Amino acid sequence: MSDAGPLNLFQQQEANRRRTVVLVVGFVAFFAWLGFGGDYIYYLFSRDAPRYAYHHTFPWFGIVLSLGAAAIAWYGYRTGPQKVLWSTGAREIVEPQSDTERQLVNVVEEMAIAAGVPRPRIWIVDDPDPNAFATGTDPQHSHIAVTQGLLDLCTRDELQGVVAHELGHVKNLDVRLMTMLAALVGAVALMHDGTSRVLRPGGGSSDERKPSPLVLILLVVWIVSWILAPIIAQLLALGVSRKREYLADAMSAQFTRNPLALASALQKIEGAEAPTTHIKRGAAHLCIADPLGRRLTSHEGVFADALATHPPMAKRIAILRGMGYAQLKQERH
Amino acid sequence: MGPLVLLIVLVVVAAWVIAAYNGLIALKNQTLNAFKQIDVQLKRRHDLIPNLVNAVRGAMDFEKSTLEAVIQARNQAVKVNATGPEGIKQISQAENALSSALQRLMVVVEQYPQLRATGNIGQLQEELTSTENKVAFARQLYNDTATQYNTKQQQFPTSLVAGLAKAQPADLWEIEDQGEKAVPQVDLSLKPKT
Repeated sequence: MSDAGPLNLFQQQEANRRRTVVLVVGFVAFFAWLGFGGDYIYYLFSRDAPRYAYHHTFPWFGIVLSLGAAAIAWYGYRTGPQKVLWSTGAREIVEPQSDTERQLVNVVEEMAIAAGVPRPRIWIVDDPDPNAFATGTDPQHSHIAVTQGLLDLCTRDELQGVVAHELGHVKNLDVRLMTMLAALVGAVALMHDGTSRVLRPGGGSSDERKPSPLVLILLVVWIVSWILAPIIAQLLALGVSRKREYLADAMSAQFTRNPLALASALQKIEGAEAPTTHIKRGAAHLCIADPLGRRLTSHEGVFADALATHPPMAKRIAILRGMGYAQLKQERH
Repeated sequence: MGPLVLLIVLVVVAAWVIAAYNGLIALKNQTLNAFKQIDVQLKRRHDLIPNLVNAVRGAMDFEKSTLEAVIQARNQAVKVNATGPEGIKQISQAENALSSALQRLMVVVEQYPQLRATGNIGQLQEELTSTENKVAFARQLYNDTATQYNTKQQQFPTSLVAGLAKAQPADLWEIEDQGEKAVPQVDLSLKPKT
């Protein structure tokens, strides 16, 4: 009962609600900075232009970009879960067709009861690599997806541990923050690609007058922000997901009372060679195990530690084993 | 200055009383809801058992007594008329008897590999496992919520408003060991125990 320790569910939920708001506000503010910054720079440039030339006096860019960002955030909130599922090519189980699907549905139903949340919708990703993720905006509108590889590899108990881990994310509202983040990261990447094509200097207007150093600094900072936007978004995604994996592991143990099953599931997932090809970078932080992690570790060495979306698997397994043995000891006495 | 301090103290105390009272009420309703969940799962189990028994009756002519025990335990459990957390002792007794009867059935099914070979039995086993798990997890959620509720209402200083919120310690759902001890657990499959 108290094995998993005080989980402070409400604090975690509150923190996730708050962080989602901060994320959205930050997202809009960042685009406002890009827009109004651009307006200001353009204003400074065109201020000294001849009378007949265009003078940039109304902050069109700022208004358009801010409104656009707000619209994207709203759209992301409404359609984020669908987009995430769509990007992985998951198919929903409405009526279970086979014994394995039947078992998955049963396991999810059991865990939803244990967690005290409504049953989420269930999806399967046709990928041979074992992995799983949850998405949604709240426990009433949530989705759990597992790969075919996970179903093939895991026993019933192990599957239960993994599903309980995902329901942990659902219950403490991690899914809201992480899905929102996935939607916004995707939007930033898309907009960056699109706008850098537009912004690329085509015909540089030859200007005789040297702009003041202040304008130059502003311009540099502004351009750097443009370049950094996707990287910042990525780093946000990394920082946000690492700690909550431990918490979701602990919640899984609380729901199943069987931390050893999740530990052995994680070991199997870790042992599988192939990366999860169906799950792209944008949704990586939603998964139980990093679908790209192995590529990161093999290619970037030192950076792998700083750039991994997930905590080291060995440590998670060790913590779960610790819980399991403590439980066994208790039962024996 | 004096009245102002007094006023602030009063407001703080009132705010605390309201928060503590609402916290207790919320937990009380959660406990009731968790109990309803057990009820839902038990009903589901009661409805499922006749179908299960019919499905295996043909294949299990030689284990009549086990099936009879399951049916009897099921009918006993359905007959229990108690509702709500107050009747928990009565309900849990009948349901625990049913659980052990079902467990015996599962052990029997395990023992006859030729039974398990027919596709039907595999599905049946999955359904039985899932049904038992659902009951167990609903019970677990209830016990966890009820424990939280009980702890909250007994802890100082929340205990001061427990009377106001009409908080009564909720009974936990006990799992009787005797029922489980009576089951001869014969498992020759060398599968790791869960």
